[in-house]
Amino acid sequence: MHLSPDQVIFWQSGFVKLNATIVYTWAIMVLLVVGAKLITGKLSHDLQRSRWQNLLEIILLAIVKQIESVGLSEPRTYLSFLGTLFLFVVTAALLTILPSYEPPTGSLSTTVALALCVMVAVPLFGVAGQGWRGYLKSYLEPTLIMLPFNIISEISRTLALAVRLFGNMMSGTMILAILLAITPFIFPVVMTVLGLLTGMVQAYIFSILAAVYIAAALSIDQEKKHH
Amino acid sequence: MLIDWFTVAAQALNFIILVALLKHFLYRPILAALDAREQKIAAELADAAHQKTAAIEQRELFQQKNGLFDQQRKELFEQALQAANAERLRLFAEARSAAESFQTSYRATLLNDAQNLNQAISQQTHQAVFAIVRQVLADLASANFEDQLIQMFANRLQALDNTAKASLLAAINSVDALVVRSAFTLTAEQCTVIQQALESCLATPAAIRFETAPELISGIELVANGWKIAWSIADYIASLEQSVGGLLIETNQATAANSNAA
Repeated sequence: MHLSPDQVIFWQSGFVKLNATIVYTWAIMVLLVVGAKLITGKLSHDLQRSRWQNLLEIILLAIVKQIESVGLSEPRTYLSFLGTLFLFVVTAALLTILPSYEPPTGSLSTTVALALCVMVAVPLFGVAGQGWRGYLKSYLEPTLIMLPFNIISEISRTLALAVRLFGNMMSGTMILAILLAITPFIFPVVMTVLGLLTGMVQAYIFSILAAVYIAAALSIDQEKKHH
Repeated sequence: MLIDWFTVAAQALNFIILVALLKHFLYRPILAALDAREQKIAAELADAAHQKTAAIEQRELFQQKNGLFDQQRKELFEQALQAANAERLRLFAEARSAAESFQTSYRATLLNDAQNLNQAISQQTHQAVFAIVRQVLADLASANFEDQLIQMFANRLQALDNTAKASLLAAINSVDALVVRSAFTLTAEQCTVIQQALESCLATPAAIRFETAPELISGIELVANGWKIAWSIADYIASLEQSVGGLLIETNQATAANSNAA
């Protein structure tokens, strides 16, 4: 019984190790990239198109609309980052229907890595959007006294992001494992369905929160533009 | 320890690689396809709008031309109708004029024929009557027709009333000689009879010149300065001509009426 797929180590050489988290992540990456390559390899620019292309277009347009609804005026700029976050978390959750699979998002290392990526990406987008001065100035809003609180908020929300996703994904897997041990028939299926739903919701929450943080980093600039 | 920092670094790197890969293999081509399709649809919509505008313009042009065409057709039809009416009237007038001129010439021909016939009848009647009378006189009274005629003329001269005598006297005074015209050549006796009859009538000598005029047809006349006394079968013939002429005119009118009706 292990809490995280990090503990399943296939190969280790000192500090460097190959655990289940990394291997499953590679698997997801291969799945996503090969799938994308297969579908986009024969893209149609006409009105007639394949079902898979249609599916991908629907997903991407839905992501774009969601990003736009958060308040980001140029959603395509953030699509690569936010879309990949969503697709990765969703795929990781979806694959839980496979036996002996453990989602890499059930590892705190993965969620921390993703949260750190968000934490790095937010100031990067903020600086790209309104410059160094404008972005750093946002830490002094509304007054100078708020600077430490703003920094704490930045760190705490990153931590919250990481722990929220980890907790939900890990709990799902854990509950499933425990239920399998206790009642091996109907309940694990129900819980798997519930876990899928939870995974979808968490993917949505994680991506939307990242989008909201980016939007917040850009909000001063956008407010100025509106005024 | 739940957090393995090597795994964190590896996952962060994995995620960044995944972002790059998906950007290259997924987002960019899909968005490009979407943009291309949107542009194509926009272009097609614009083209459709353009075509619609062009179609509306064409329709308006067509309607305008159609209206113009209808108007022109109507005008041409009116003109043709007027021309046809004018031509009809002209042809009617022409036909009527031709008919009238034909009728006039036909009537003139008829009249001419009637006159010729009349004249021929009159001529023949004169001669026939003259021959009959002469024959009758010769057979019944053994009398010469000319003698009887001279005698009758003499009697008429003697029977003149005073007014006539005065007129005759005035005429004699204004001319050198009285002229007695006869259809036949008078014998010396006949001339004497006339001379005596005139002198006895006027109680004065009168110079008389005798002339022959075949157109008198068995007649004799005395002419002096517009005054005239005569006797001739022609007088009888004239009344006969009048009655026969009246009959001919009636016949002509009936014929003309019949031809008009036809």
